[in-house]
Amino acid sequence: MKHPYLRYLRPENVPTVFCPGCGIGIVMKALFQAFDELGYETLEEFVFVSGIGCSAWIPSPHILADSVHTLHGRAIPVATGIKLVKPDLNVLVIGGDGDIAGIGGNHLLHAARRNMDLMVIMINNQVYGMTGGQLAPTTPYGMKTTTTPYGNPEEPMDTCDIVASAGANYVARWTVGHYLQLKDAFKKAMEKQGFRFVEAVSQCPSRVSSRIGLSPADHIKYYLRNSVDIRKAEELLPEERMEKIIVGEYVDRNKPGYLEKIKMVMRR
Amino acid sequence: MSEKYFWSGNIAVAEGALRAGVTFYAGYPITPSSDLMEYMARELPKRGGVFIQGEDELSSINMVIGASIAGAKSMTATSGPGYSLMQEALGLAVMLEVPLVVVDVTRLGPSTGQATKSGQGDLMQARWGRHGDQYTVVYTASTPEEAYIMAIKSFNTSEKLRVPVTFIIDELTAHLWETVRVPDNIEVVDRRLTDAKTRYFDSDNPLEAPPMPMLGKGLNILYTSSTHDGFGYRKTQDPEVHRRLVERLKEKVIGNTSEVFEYEIIGDPDGGDVGIVAFGSVARVAKETKTILEREGIKTSVLNLLTLWPMDYELLRSFTENMNVVIVPEMNLGQLVYDIYQVRGRDSVYPYNKIGGGEPIYPRELAGFIKEVVGR
Ligand SMILES: Cc1ncc(C[n+]2csc(CCOP(=O)(O)OP(=O)(O)O)c2C)c(N)n1
Ligand code: SF4
Ligand SMILES: [Mg+2]
Repeated sequence: MKHPYLRYLRPENVPTVFCPGCGIGIVMKALFQAFDELGYETLEEFVFVSGIGCSAWIPSPHILADSVHTLHGRAIPVATGIKLVKPDLNVLVIGGDGDIAGIGGNHLLHAARRNMDLMVIMINNQVYGMTGGQLAPTTPYGMKTTTTPYGNPEEPMDTCDIVASAGANYVARWTVGHYLQLKDAFKKAMEKQGFRFVEAVSQCPSRVSSRIGLSPADHIKYYLRNSVDIRKAEELLPEERMEKIIVGEYVDRNKPGYLEKIKMVMRR
Repeated sequence: MSEKYFWSGNIAVAEGALRAGVTFYAGYPITPSSDLMEYMARELPKRGGVFIQGEDELSSINMVIGASIAGAKSMTATSGPGYSLMQEALGLAVMLEVPLVVVDVTRLGPSTGQATKSGQGDLMQARWGRHGDQYTVVYTASTPEEAYIMAIKSFNTSEKLRVPVTFIIDELTAHLWETVRVPDNIEVVDRRLTDAKTRYFDSDNPLEAPPMPMLGKGLNILYTSSTHDGFGYRKTQDPEVHRRLVERLKEKVIGNTSEVFEYEIIGDPDGGDVGIVAFGSVARVAKETKTILEREGIKTSVLNLLTLWPMDYELLRSFTENMNVVIVPEMNLGQLVYDIYQVRGRDSVYPYNKIGGGEPIYPRELAGFIKEVVGR
C-alpha cells in the first residue's frame, strides 16, 4: 500500500534531498498529517512560497502543489502579492531561520503588524544550514559556528515573541520532538485568518549535531530536555530563559486580517 | 479623436498604466516618485485594483512579482536608491519570466546625491543593474504625452514578452504639467495564459514567450529562481539546460528589438550638418535647439530615443552615418554616448554633459556648444 501522505509529494522527488536525520523530514510529516486530518485530498487551493535555504526546499521541488521559489528572504512579500490578488488561495510560506528572521526579518515584522492573511512556517535549526552552518540570528549565545569559531557573542532573538508583539493572530513554537503539538499548531494555524506563525525547532545533523557530538536522536532528546512551557517560562529569570527553548502558543487571537481590514476602511 | 487632460508626467504615467489595465501597485515613498504613488493610492481602489505601501523597496518589488504571478498586471515606481534596492528582484523577474513595470523617476545620484533634482544617471543601471546575463526592456519619454503612450507600451511589451520593463522618466518630465492628448484607440496587450499542463518556461520559438500558468488550477506549477527546464524543474547541474534557458531569455529581448523599439526623428533622417541623439527632457531641449540652429542655417536632425534597451544599433548607425557631427547631450557624465561610439566611432561625436542642481541643459546653451563644434 502507498503511504497516504505520498499524495502530497511529487513522486519524482522522493526520497527528498535532505541529509539523513535532518529535522526537516519530521516537520514535513507533521505538515502532511495536518493536511490529512483537515481533509485535504489535494493541495490545489494552496500556493507555497519559499526563499533560499534547506528549509525553503520543502515545497520546491517536493510538495505536489503550486510553488514559487523566490530569493533569500523575500518569500513573505511575494506571498503577500499573491494573496492580495488571489484572496481565495491559501498562501503558505516555508523557510529557515536565516531566511525568515534574518535577511527577511523586516518583512516578517511588517507582515505580522499588518496581520497579513498568510501562514508562515519557520524552521529554526539555529544556523544557516545550506551555506555550511554559519551564525544565524537564532544561534544560542556562546555556540560555536563556522563564523563564530570562538563562540557566539550575540544574543539570539526570540522570533515568536517579536512576531506576537507585532500583531500576528497566531504564534507558536514547538521542537520536532513535540511532534503532535507541532502538527496541531499547523492545523490550528491553517484554519485561521490573519498572520499565523509556527516556528519548528529542528536539528541540523550535518552542521550542528555532528559538531556538538550528538546523534540526530540525541539532539531531539536534548531539545525536549531543554524545552520549557511558555506558561512556566514566565517564572524564569532572563538569564535562565536564555538557556531554554520556550515552547507553546505565544498568542492565539482572532483580530480581523488585512483583507478584512481593507474592506473595513473602504466601507467607512 | 482624442480627449485632453492637464497632467504632470507622473500622472500621465499612472493614467497610462491604468489604461493598460494595471490592477496592482506596491511601492515605497521616494522623491520624485511619491506623487505617482499617491495618485495610485487614490485611484486604484476606486477602479477595482489593489494598492499597498511596502515596508521598503525590497518588499514592494517582491509583492509586485507575487501579484503578477497571481495574474494581475502589476507595477511599482521608485527613484535611484529604491531602484538600486530592487535589482536582485528584477533579476528574479527575468528568471521567472514575470511581467511587471518599474517606473524609475530619475533623480541625481550617486547615492543620496541631490535627491530632489533631475538627472539621467540610471541608464546603464537600468540595462545592466543585475548580476548574471540578463536582458530586460527600458523605455523612456520626453513629454507627459509620450509618457502616457510609453507607459502603455511598457505594459504591452512586458506582458507580451513576459519580461520586466523599466520605464525611466527624469524628474523634469515627471513634474512638468501640460496638456496631454489621449487617443481613443490604443492597443492594449494582455498576457497569454494557460490552465493546461505545458512548458511554461520554454518555447521552441525563442522570440515568443511561453504562456503563463494560472495559479490554483491544479497545475502544480514550479516557479524557481534556480536554473530550470521548461516545466520549472530545477536543473542546477546540466549545462545544456542552463545555456538553453539563458540564451532564450536573451533572444526573447534582443531578437525582438525591432518589435519593441520606439523612437521619433525630427528633421531629415538621411543626413545634415548636425544630428542630435537624446532621450527624456533633453530630447525636448534638442528639438528646441534644432529650431535655433536652423534659423542660423545649420541643418539639424534630432533622434528622440523612447527605447533605451534593447538598442536598435542599425537605426543608430543609419541616423548618425550621414551627419557631419553627432551631438549626444545627457544629464549625466556620458552613458548613451557609448552607443554612438559603437556605431560611428569617436570621430566627430561630441558628448555634452551637465549634472548638478537639476538644471536642464538649456536650448541656447546647447546651441552655443554646437555652433562652436561646427565652427561657425
Ligand atoms: C542575497 C543572498 N545572500 C546570501 C545567500 C546565500 N544563502 C543561501 S541559503 C542561506 C542561509 C539559509 O539559512 P536558513 O534560512 O536558516 O536555511 P537553512 O538552510 O538553515 O534551512 C544563505 C545565506 C543568498 N542565496 N542570497
Ligand atoms: S544541512 Fe542541515 S538543515 Fe540542511 S538538509 Fe542537511 S541536515 Fe538538514
Ligand atoms: Mg537555518
